[in-house]
Amino acid sequence: MQTSPAVRGRAIRKSFGDVVALDGVDLDVASGQVHGLVGPNGAGKTTLLGLLLGLAVADGGSLEILGTPVGRTLAVPDGVAGFVDGPGLYPSLTARQNLSALAALRGYDAARAGAVDDALEQVGLTDVADDRIRGFSLGMRQRLGLAAALLTTPRLLVLDEPANGLDPAGTRHVHRVITELADNGTAVVLSSHRMDELAALCTEVTLLSTGRVVFSGPVSKLAAESGELDYRLLTSDPAAARQVAQETPGLRVLPGRDRLERLDPGVLVVRGPVPALDELVVRLVRAEVAVRELAPVVTPLEAAFLALTGAGQTDEEDPR
Amino acid sequence: MTTTVAPPEVTARPAPVLHGYRFELVKLLSQWRIRLLLLACWIAPAGFVAAVSLQSTLPADTVFGRWMNETGWAGSLVVLDFSCSWALPLLTALVAGDIFAAEDRLGTWRHLLVAVRSPRRIFVAKGLASLTVLLILVAGLCASSVAGGLAAVGNRPLIGLDGHLLSTGDAAGTVLLAWACALAPTLAFAGVGLLGSVALGRSPMGLLMPALLAFVLQLAQLLPLPVAVQLALPSHAFLAWRGLFTTPAQAGPLLIGLVVSLAWAVLATALAYRLFLRRDFTDLTYDGAGRRVLVTAALPLAGLVALAVVVLAAATPAQGSGIVRGKLQDSLATAYAHLYRLQTQELHRPAVTEAQLGATASCDKGDSRVADEGPGNDWRCVVSWRLPGATAVGSAIYQLDVTADGRYVADGDGPKEVNGYFQVRTPTGDAPNPLWQFDGNVDLLASTPKD
Repeated sequence: MQTSPAVRGRAIRKSFGDVVALDGVDLDVASGQVHGLVGPNGAGKTTLLGLLLGLAVADGGSLEILGTPVGRTLAVPDGVAGFVDGPGLYPSLTARQNLSALAALRGYDAARAGAVDDALEQVGLTDVADDRIRGFSLGMRQRLGLAAALLTTPRLLVLDEPANGLDPAGTRHVHRVITELADNGTAVVLSSHRMDELAALCTEVTLLSTGRVVFSGPVSKLAAESGELDYRLLTSDPAAARQVAQETPGLRVLPGRDRLERLDPGVLVVRGPVPALDELVVRLVRAEVAVRELAPVVTPLEAAFLALTGAGQTDEEDPR
Repeated sequence: MTTTVAPPEVTARPAPVLHGYRFELVKLLSQWRIRLLLLACWIAPAGFVAAVSLQSTLPADTVFGRWMNETGWAGSLVVLDFSCSWALPLLTALVAGDIFAAEDRLGTWRHLLVAVRSPRRIFVAKGLASLTVLLILVAGLCASSVAGGLAAVGNRPLIGLDGHLLSTGDAAGTVLLAWACALAPTLAFAGVGLLGSVALGRSPMGLLMPALLAFVLQLAQLLPLPVAVQLALPSHAFLAWRGLFTTPAQAGPLLIGLVVSLAWAVLATALAYRLFLRRDFTDLTYDGAGRRVLVTAALPLAGLVALAVVVLAAATPAQGSGIVRGKLQDSLATAYAHLYRLQTQELHRPAVTEAQLGATASCDKGDSRVADEGPGNDWRCVVSWRLPGATAVGSAIYQLDVTADGRYVADGDGPKEVNGYFQVRTPTGDAPNPLWQFDGNVDLLASTPKD
C-alpha cells in the first residue's frame, strides 16, 4: 500500500464574489484512508470536494493531489474520480450505457468492456443494468454514481453524500465497497451529514464551519471533543430514578425534553461525565430500580459536531 | 495559487473530441423527442406529398404547389418552402437550442466536465452532434419528400419560376441544390440555438430563441423593407433558393443570402463558445447569463445586421423595395412566353419559340396616384404577343399579387381561351391551363431595365 499523501492542501482559499467559501483550509489525506468532511450547510464541503475533482481552482494556498500540484481547472491527475452534488447521470440512457459512455470518454478500449459489468456488480446493480435510469430511485442513482467512479480504478475517490437516499442494505453495500477500496490503497474523501456513516467508515474527519477547519483528526478524537453528553435513562421506577439521579454527584437531571418525554413519559434525561453515570447505575441497582436503557441522546460525534459548529444552539441540523 | 513542490503541473488528458461527439450523439438519439423528429422527417413528407399530389385541390399559395400533380419534383419544393418558414427553425430550436440547457436541467455539467476535462471539447462535441442530427433531419425531409413525389406522380420535367421547363435531370439537380442552400440559414438558426442554450441556461427562452427569431424575421419579411435590409437578414436564403428556378438563375440574392447566413452561423457559434468558456461551473445558482445576454449575444448579432445593411447598400445596385415596374414586366413576359409554348404543345398547335412570340408586358400598380413599384396585390398587367405569320397582336390580362420577397402570383383575367379558365380543351380532353395562374420571381438585385 502506498504511504504518500493522496491529498495535501495548505491554506486553501476560495471565494465566490463576496462570499468566502474556504478560508485557509488545510487538508491531508493519506492513501488508503477514508477521510470524512463534515460541517453544516454552507461550510464549504462541496467547494472543497470540487477543488479535489478539478472543477475549480483555489484562489490561494497550495493543493497537491496524488503528488502533483494542481493549478488549473480540470487539471487534476488521472486516478481522481467521484462526484459532487449527486452523480451526473443521463435518465434517457440505461445504467450500462451511462457507464459505457463514461468509459469511452476516458479512452478505455474494448478490452475493458468487462469493467462496466464489474462496476455494476460491485454496487449491486447488475439486475437493472439495461434499465433506463429514469425509473431509478435516488439510492440506485447514488450507487450507479459510485460505479461510475469505480470504473476509472481511482487512486483518489471523492464522494459527496454517497449514502444519500440509500436504504440500510444499500448503505451497507456502499460502505463495503468504500472499505474495500480503501483497503486496496485508494484514498477516499467523502462528505456526509450522517455521523453514523462517518463513524463507520472514516479513520479521520475534517470538520468545517463557515469555510474554516474547526477540527481535523481521528474520529475518536472528535468524539472526545463532545464534552459532557446528555443521556436518556429508562427505568422500572421513573420517580425513584429521578430521586437517585438528583442525589448522584456530578450529575444533573435536565428539564424534560419535549420530544423524548412525549414518546415516553418515563424517560429521564441526565447530563454528566461517564464516572458520574457509572455511579448512577450503581445507586439505581442498590435502590432496586431496574435500568432498562441508558444511552446518549445524540452520539458523541454528533454532539461534537453540534458543539464545534455552534449548530447545537438551534435544531436546524437534522442529519437524518 | 502558490506552488512549492518541484513536480511540474500535470497536463490534463481531455477525452478525444470523437469520443465526446459519439457520447453527445448517443444522448441526443436516446431522447424520444429526437427519435420522433427523425421519424417525422423521414416519413411524414413522403406521405404528405404523395397524398396531396393525388388531390385535385393543390396548395397553390405555396410556391410550386400548383405543379404538384404535374411532376414529382414539385412536392419536394413545397416541403422545402414550408420547412424554410417553420420546420427548419423549429428543428434547430429542438436540437441545438436544448443541447446545453439539457445538462443544466439534469445537473450533469460537473460529471461531464470531470469525464471530458475540457470545456472546449465539450462545446465542439455538442456543436458537431447537434449539427449531425440536424443534417440527418434535413436529409430526411429532402429524401422523403422527393421519394413521395416521384412515387406518386413520377419523374417528370419541372416548370420553373420563369415558366421554362427543367428536364428531369436538371430538376433533380436543382431541387437538391435548393435543399443544400437551405442548410446555410439552418446553420445560422442552429448557431442562434446554441447561443440561446448556452446563454439562457435551463430557461425555456433558450429553447425558443431560434423559433422566436424565425417568427420575428417572418414578420419582417412581410414588410416592404429596403432590399439591403431584406438581404441582410439571416433568413433571406430561406427564400432566395427560388432564384435557382429561373434562367438565368437569380444568383445574386442567393449568394448574398448564403454569405449572410454563414456569417450569422459563425458569429452566433463564436459568441456561444465564448460564453460557454467563461461560465463558472462551480456556481450552483447559475441560471443563464441573465442581462449580460443583451451585451454578449444580442448586440453583436444586431451589429452584424447593421454592418450587412451598410455593405449591401453600398455594394449593390438595388434601391428601395427592389420591385419596380420594368423588372416585373420583364419577368412576366418571359414567364408568359415559356408557358405559352407549353400551352401550344398541349393544344397540339404548331410550335413557336419565345423569340417568335416577342411577348411584352405592360404593368400598372393601382391607379395613377400610386407609384409603380413595391409589393402589393394591385398590380395589373397586359401581356402582348404576336404569332408567326399573324398580323394581329394577342393580349392577355393578369392581376399580380407581388410580395416583398419578389415572389408574385399571376392570375389570368382573360381572354378565356388564353388565360381566363383553369383548363384548356385539348384534342384528348380537358387539361390544366398553364397560363391561367402561375408563380414568378423578381430578382430584387437586378438592375432596373428601361420601361
